[in-house]
Amino acid sequence: MNTNETLSANRRDFLKLLGLTGAALVVGISSANAEVFGGPVSGLLNINADPVGMALTPYIIIDKTGKVTLMNSQPDMGQGTHQSIPALMAEELGLSLDKVTILQTGGEKAFGGQVSGGSSSVRGNYMTLRKVGASAREMLVTAASQQWNVPANECTVADARVHHKASNRSIGYGDLVETASKLTAPTSPKLKESKDFTILGKATMRPEVPAKSSGKAVFGIDVKVPGMLYASVERSPVIGSKLVSFDDTKTKQVKGVRQVLKASRVLEKNRYDGVAVVADTYWAALKGRRALAVTWDHQGLDKFNTPAYEQHLHELAKQDGLVDHSAGDFAKALADAPTKLEAFYETPMVSHSPMEPMNCVVHWPTDTSVEIWASSQGATIIKENMVAEFKLKADDVKVNITFNGGGFGRRLFQDFVLEAAHIAKAVGKPVKVIWTREDDTQLGPFRPMTFSAFRAGLGADGMPLAFQHKVISPSIEATLGSPHKTGTVDKTMTEGISEQKYEIPNVDNRYVFAELPVPTGYWRAVTSTTLAFAHECFIDEMAHKAGKDPLDYRLAMMTKASDAKRVLTKLREVSKWDKPLPAGWGRGVAQYEFFAGLAGHVVEVSKQKDGSVKVEKVICVIDLGTVVNPDMVRAQTEGAIAMAITAATKPGITFENGAAQQANFDTNPMLRINEMPVVEVHILAEGGPVIKGVGEPGLPPVAPALANAIFMATGKRVRRLPMDLSKLA
Amino acid sequence: MATIKLTINNQPRTLDVEPDMPLLWAIRDVVGLTGTKFGCGIAQCGACTVHLDGSPVRSCSVPVSAVSGQKITTIEGLSKNADHPVQKAWIAHQVPQCGYCQSGQIMSAVALLKTTPKPTDSDIDNAMQGNICRCGTYTRVREAIHTASAEMNTANKLPKNGAKVGKR
Repeated sequence: MNTNETLSANRRDFLKLLGLTGAALVVGISSANAEVFGGPVSGLLNINADPVGMALTPYIIIDKTGKVTLMNSQPDMGQGTHQSIPALMAEELGLSLDKVTILQTGGEKAFGGQVSGGSSSVRGNYMTLRKVGASAREMLVTAASQQWNVPANECTVADARVHHKASNRSIGYGDLVETASKLTAPTSPKLKESKDFTILGKATMRPEVPAKSSGKAVFGIDVKVPGMLYASVERSPVIGSKLVSFDDTKTKQVKGVRQVLKASRVLEKNRYDGVAVVADTYWAALKGRRALAVTWDHQGLDKFNTPAYEQHLHELAKQDGLVDHSAGDFAKALADAPTKLEAFYETPMVSHSPMEPMNCVVHWPTDTSVEIWASSQGATIIKENMVAEFKLKADDVKVNITFNGGGFGRRLFQDFVLEAAHIAKAVGKPVKVIWTREDDTQLGPFRPMTFSAFRAGLGADGMPLAFQHKVISPSIEATLGSPHKTGTVDKTMTEGISEQKYEIPNVDNRYVFAELPVPTGYWRAVTSTTLAFAHECFIDEMAHKAGKDPLDYRLAMMTKASDAKRVLTKLREVSKWDKPLPAGWGRGVAQYEFFAGLAGHVVEVSKQKDGSVKVEKVICVIDLGTVVNPDMVRAQTEGAIAMAITAATKPGITFENGAAQQANFDTNPMLRINEMPVVEVHILAEGGPVIKGVGEPGLPPVAPALANAIFMATGKRVRRLPMDLSKLA
Repeated sequence: MATIKLTINNQPRTLDVEPDMPLLWAIRDVVGLTGTKFGCGIAQCGACTVHLDGSPVRSCSVPVSAVSGQKITTIEGLSKNADHPVQKAWIAHQVPQCGYCQSGQIMSAVALLKTTPKPTDSDIDNAMQGNICRCGTYTRVREAIHTASAEMNTANKLPKNGAKVGKR
C-alpha cells in the first residue's frame, strides 16, 4: 500500500503501549503481537496502513526487510508536515524520504501534543525529532559495530544501511533492528552537522505530491467505512438559536432518509442546536434536510447587525481601555510634540473557508469506545474533547487524521467532530456528516474584526516621540464561551502591537473589550492579520507626515540591531526600493513581528484605465533562522500572500438580523488566478538557535503594504478593510 | 430511483440512483471514485471538475440523469501513475499544498491544453478562473501549465528535476 496516499495509522495496540511508556525505547513489539496488548484492531476498515516491525522509538519502526516507518505527529493541511516532520528523523538516520512509509499519529501520549497550529510544527519539533532520529541511528550503529567487532565511530550510515569503510562491509537496518531494539536508547546522541545535511535545508520534493496530483490522497471527506450512513445537519443561520420544534413529514418522504434527530454542535463552551437528517446517501440526506420545517427561538440574537455593531465599536473607542504596554510618559510627550496625528482603522470579520468543507466519520463499536476519521489540525484536541464530552477513557478514543483539505485555523476547532460523534452515537451506526459550503461559510467560528485608534506625536525632525495603538475588539476566547475577565487585556487581541522593534520613547498601547454574540476563532496569523494592517499603515502615515521615505523612516526607528531591521534592510535591497516605477505605479512596505515569526513585504500596484488598482507584485523577505524545506517556505508564503489579498480586498462576513449575509463562493468570493500577483520570496536563513514559523508570518504585512502602495499610486489612504480595488484608482 | 448508464474512465457503468443526484455524488459515493471533490455545490469553485465528452464541467451541478449515455473522465482516468504531462508538471513544480482542489485544477488545465496547446498567461487566467485554490497555488499552476504545454508540444522531456525543486 502506498502510504503516502493514506495518512493515518490504525491505532495498533502497540501504540497504546508506547503511549504508556513515553518516548523511551520500546523493544520488539511487532504488529503480530498487537492483540497481546489489548483489544482488537479496528474491525471496521483498514483504510490506513499499519506500521509493521519493531519500534526503536515510538516514531521509528523498522521491519526485518529494512522497511522503515516514520510517524508524523503534525497533521498536514498543505503546510508540508508530511515531509518536514519525518525529514527531521530521516536526515539523522541516513534515509531517503521516498523510501520510507510515513504514517500519521492519532493523539497517543507517546507523541506529545499533536496539533498543527501557530506555525509551530517544525520549530517545535526540530531538535526533538532530530535527536529521536540520531538516537535510533546510534543504536543501529552500535548493533553493527558489535556484530563486526569494530569501533562504532568508524561506522557511517547511508541509504538505510550501516557501513564500515575500512573493511568494506555494510548491513541493512532490517538485519540490525532486532539487536538494536534491545539496546538502551542514548539520551544525548550526536547530531549531524548542518554541512552534512542531505535533506534539511534543501528544496525537496514532498512525497505526497503525486498522490495529491492524481486524486489518490485521502481526505476526511473521502473516508468510507462499511455500513456507513450519511448525515446533513440543518442549523439556525442565526448562530445560537434554540430548537423549538421541527416537522420532518416531508423529509421522511425522501427516498433513502433513515432518521431525523436533534443534533448538538459543541464549539468549545458553546452548544448549538441542529436537526440531523441521516440517510443512505449524502444526496438523500441533503434533500431530506431541505424538506425540513424547523422552528427556532433566536433568543434576541437576530437583532445582531454589522453596521450597528461597528457603530458600537466606534462608541467603545472613546473609552480609555486598559494598558497593554506603556513606556515613558505618553500623555506629556504627545502634548509637547510639535506635530500630532491620529487615525482610525477598521477591519471586517472573515471566514476560513478551507476548500474541504467540514466533515467527519464516526463509529461507536460500543457505548464506551469510538473511532473517528477526520481532517483535523489536532488529533490531541479531538481526543481531549471526546474524553471530556462523552466521559471516555483516552485509550478508547481512536483518532485517524487524514490529509486536511486546508485548515487555516478552522480545523483547530473540533465542533464538527463532536457533532458527528453525537449523531453517530444516537444512530448506532457509522455516520459521515458533511457540511455544505453554506454551513461552512455561515456558522463560524470567524476571524474577528479589530478596530484601531491611533495617536502619535512627532518631533521637529519628524521622528516619533509618542505613539498609541488602542485596539477595540471582541475577544476570541469570550465568544467561545470563556467570559472575558473584567480589568484584563486579552493579549491575543493585541497580538504583536507592542512587539515591533520601532524605538519610540513614549508608548501607551491599550485594549477595549467588546462583547460579540458570534463565535470567532483562530484564523491563519490570528489577530496579527488585522492589527498589522492598522499598525503598519499608521506608521506609513507618520512617515508621510514627517515627509520621509516610509522604508527609511522605519529603519531610522531601528538604531539597534534586530531581525526586523535585517528584514527591512534586505527588503530594501531585493525590492529595488530606489528604482523608479512606471507612471501610475506605487509601492508600499510593511513588516510585522508576532508569535509565529517575522516577514516584511513590498507590494507594487498599478492604476488601470478602468479606474481599478491591480496588485502587480509582492516581494517578501521571511526571517527563519533555520529552514527545513525552502521550496515549502516559498509555497507557504505564496499562499499566505494569496490568502491575505483575499482578506484585504473581498467582502468578508457581515451580519443582518443575526445571520451571515454571505453563504457560498458567489457571495463570499476568494482570490482567483487572474488576480494573483507575481510573488518573489526571499528567505533569511542564516542559522542560529532560533527557528521561526513559516505558515503564518507571510500574511500580516500584505494588507498594509498593499494599502501603502495604493497611497503612493493614488494618494488615497485606505483605513478600512475590505478595500475595493475596482474603485481605488 | 432510476437506472443510469454512462461511461466513466472508459468503463461502462450502470448506476441505480436518484435521477436528480448530482454527478459529483454519483461519482464519489456510488462509483467510489473520490478524487473528484466537493467544494461548493453551486459550480463556483471547480473542485468537482470532470470531463464530459472531453469538455470540463462542474459535476456538482449536473444531475446524473443529464449525462446518461455520455462519457465522463475523472482525475482517476487521466493516467494510471500520475504521469500525464499535466500531472508530471504539477509534481515538478510542487503545485499542491493541501491538494484538495488540485484534481479540479488539473482537469481544467488538461481541458485548456486540448483547445489551446500553447496558452498565454491570459489564456490560463481565463480558463482557470473557475478553479479556486484557497492555499493560493496560482503562480505554480500557471508555471506548471506552461511546462506541460512545452512537453506536450515538443518531444522534449521535462527539465530534469531529480529530487530537487525550487530553481525558478
